[in-house]
Amino acid sequence: MPEREIAEQKMSYRQAVREAMREAMNRDDRVYLMGEDVGLYGGCFNVSEGMLEEFGKERIIDTPLSESGFTGCGIGAALGGMRPIVEIMTVNFSLLASDQIINTAAILLHMSGGQFNVPIVIRMATGGGKQLAAQHSRSLEGWYSHIPGLKILTPATVEDARGMLWPALEDPDPVLIFENTTLYNFEEAAPVNGTQVDITSAKVRREGSHVSIITYGIGLHKSLKAAEMLSADGIEAEVIDLRVLRPLDNQTIFESVRKTHRAVIVDEGWKSVGLSAELSARITENLFYELDCPVERVCAAEVPAPYAGHLEKASLPQPENIVETVRQLGGIYG
Amino acid sequence: MSKQDAIFTPIGTNENNQKGKVDKAVDLPEPTETSWKDLGLSKEDLKEMYESMYLQRRFEERAMQMYQKGKFGGFLHLYIGQEAVSTGTAWALNSDDDIITAYRDHGFGLVRGVTPESGMAELYGKAAGCSKGKGGSMHFANVEEHFWGGHGIVGGHIPLGAGIAFANKYRETGRITACFFGDGAVHQGVLHETMNMSQLWQLPCIFAVENNGYAMGTSVRRHSVGEIVDRADAYGMKKKVINGMDLFTVYEAMKEMAEEVRKDNQPWFAEIRTYRYRGHSMSDPQKYRTKEELQEYQKVDPIERLKRLMTEEKIAGKKKIEEIEEKVEKVVLDAVEFAENADFPEPEELYDDMFVEEDAKFHE
Repeated sequence: MPEREIAEQKMSYRQAVREAMREAMNRDDRVYLMGEDVGLYGGCFNVSEGMLEEFGKERIIDTPLSESGFTGCGIGAALGGMRPIVEIMTVNFSLLASDQIINTAAILLHMSGGQFNVPIVIRMATGGGKQLAAQHSRSLEGWYSHIPGLKILTPATVEDARGMLWPALEDPDPVLIFENTTLYNFEEAAPVNGTQVDITSAKVRREGSHVSIITYGIGLHKSLKAAEMLSADGIEAEVIDLRVLRPLDNQTIFESVRKTHRAVIVDEGWKSVGLSAELSARITENLFYELDCPVERVCAAEVPAPYAGHLEKASLPQPENIVETVRQLGGIYG
Repeated sequence: MSKQDAIFTPIGTNENNQKGKVDKAVDLPEPTETSWKDLGLSKEDLKEMYESMYLQRRFEERAMQMYQKGKFGGFLHLYIGQEAVSTGTAWALNSDDDIITAYRDHGFGLVRGVTPESGMAELYGKAAGCSKGKGGSMHFANVEEHFWGGHGIVGGHIPLGAGIAFANKYRETGRITACFFGDGAVHQGVLHETMNMSQLWQLPCIFAVENNGYAMGTSVRRHSVGEIVDRADAYGMKKKVINGMDLFTVYEAMKEMAEEVRKDNQPWFAEIRTYRYRGHSMSDPQKYRTKEELQEYQKVDPIERLKRLMTEEKIAGKKKIEEIEEKVEKVVLDAVEFAENADFPEPEELYDDMFVEEDAKFHE
């Protein structure tokens, strides 16, 4: 049977997020956008450009620089029957709102015995790589994924950037979406009609048989590049895009590792007590006898992000580090 | 006390904490002069309000007794002394107006649909509790009657109140929100963030500080400069100081504010001065105040004063009042018995209500 053709158009990750928000706002008038400079300015990363003109100031709301206040306000509005999209400029500033996210949004349903659900979507930019120094370059999505009660999405493709928002808004519980700042200009062909995607599973983005590289966000792009470099060497890496950091999709990860018997985790977060440690633990707990060699991790250097370009580059996982790590895996050359 | 103190600080305690010296923690403003009739209240209302206040008091006294017997654990923050605030508010607002408060929440719970049985069962950690035994004393809640719960992070729920008000304004429900918190919460940054946003966006919300004199064991004088209510000035917010030991004063003020908010969406900042008779929680040795200070406030106890008024004005005779009190006594004892006999949550309920749509993946 011939595959039904879906019209595609090239668009940037930034445009994809904007289109997703426009579609959601047109679809449901309970949806509104609230955050710092999302209106008149068009968003710190230009994501919401033009939306104020299109939807008006009742629905595109510029907030004061009060992360805790407006995030809490979004949570309250969600309790009151709205479907807020709260944009926190970057994950770094979300720490000011972490009380609201962690002490309120994540727990209200359970603590109230099922009475109060919080259907909020909180979007924020994350990641380093733009020489913004230590206070503007964090990758804390793994840290948020420690918290029961939250759902954590990390769209790495244009399709996901566009397709994850609506299901996230439809979800009756709090969903955090982390958009890597270095991806906003990334362009890719994506379905014109804004097809939705699932927000529960990981995806194999490249098939391979020798090693499973497990990653998400910007790490996906670096890992795919590394996989191409490895391929020239005769090593075929399977690249898994986690897409959802909480709940982790064990099944897709385990299936891949059962096939390749080797796993490398690539995470721009820190290694210690982090997401990569959790993934490694899950793999060793469940697939110990399937492994041909220990699980390896390529993560950020355990320092605050430095400003100097070459230092920052050295502090983050690069395709070369991934290649190097894979090459040293036991038995990788057969 | 210097003139400066008298102007810039509320009357506080602790600088002179010797036995016998009364140094009041909160300075109560004059109660209203409007009679209950002129407030539009009926004799029936008064009897019901008395019953409600008496219920809140006896519920907590019994809870305290059960706590001391080791029947349940956790924190137990008692509202005793402050009942006029919850009661006056509940009668002043429409029944579908939204109320949210901090962790000293039994009073507001009981006036907003948490039954004595489900409240007591919650304290006991039983499945029949208002929050299914998952919230306990600090997290009473009743979504049906727009009581958005008790919240335990000081100040953390204040923006939630604004958000609920935002939703009401956006959806044009005509409802207003009353967001209560203690004097300690006044110094949380998020209060100021929220006041600024609420005035800027003209949210239909009353932010009400229940100034009971103490943030845990630190008296207002020791934790605050200036008058709390004057925080409103910085945000151009309308403000009011209310005698929270007087039921009719609370009722009148809340009603006036609520009606205005409903008309013009302008938020209010109200400082309701009241007094907490018990410690911060059950483990509080109360070294920070004198017995004499407490007795000063007990002289103006809101329940006793309403009782006196009802007798004097022949709204309810001694017999009628005893009847109400006996009824309440029985309700509370029944609630205790109910809680004692109720079932604990089943172990598998641990994972219930993590998400609206259950997803086993989260528990792996």
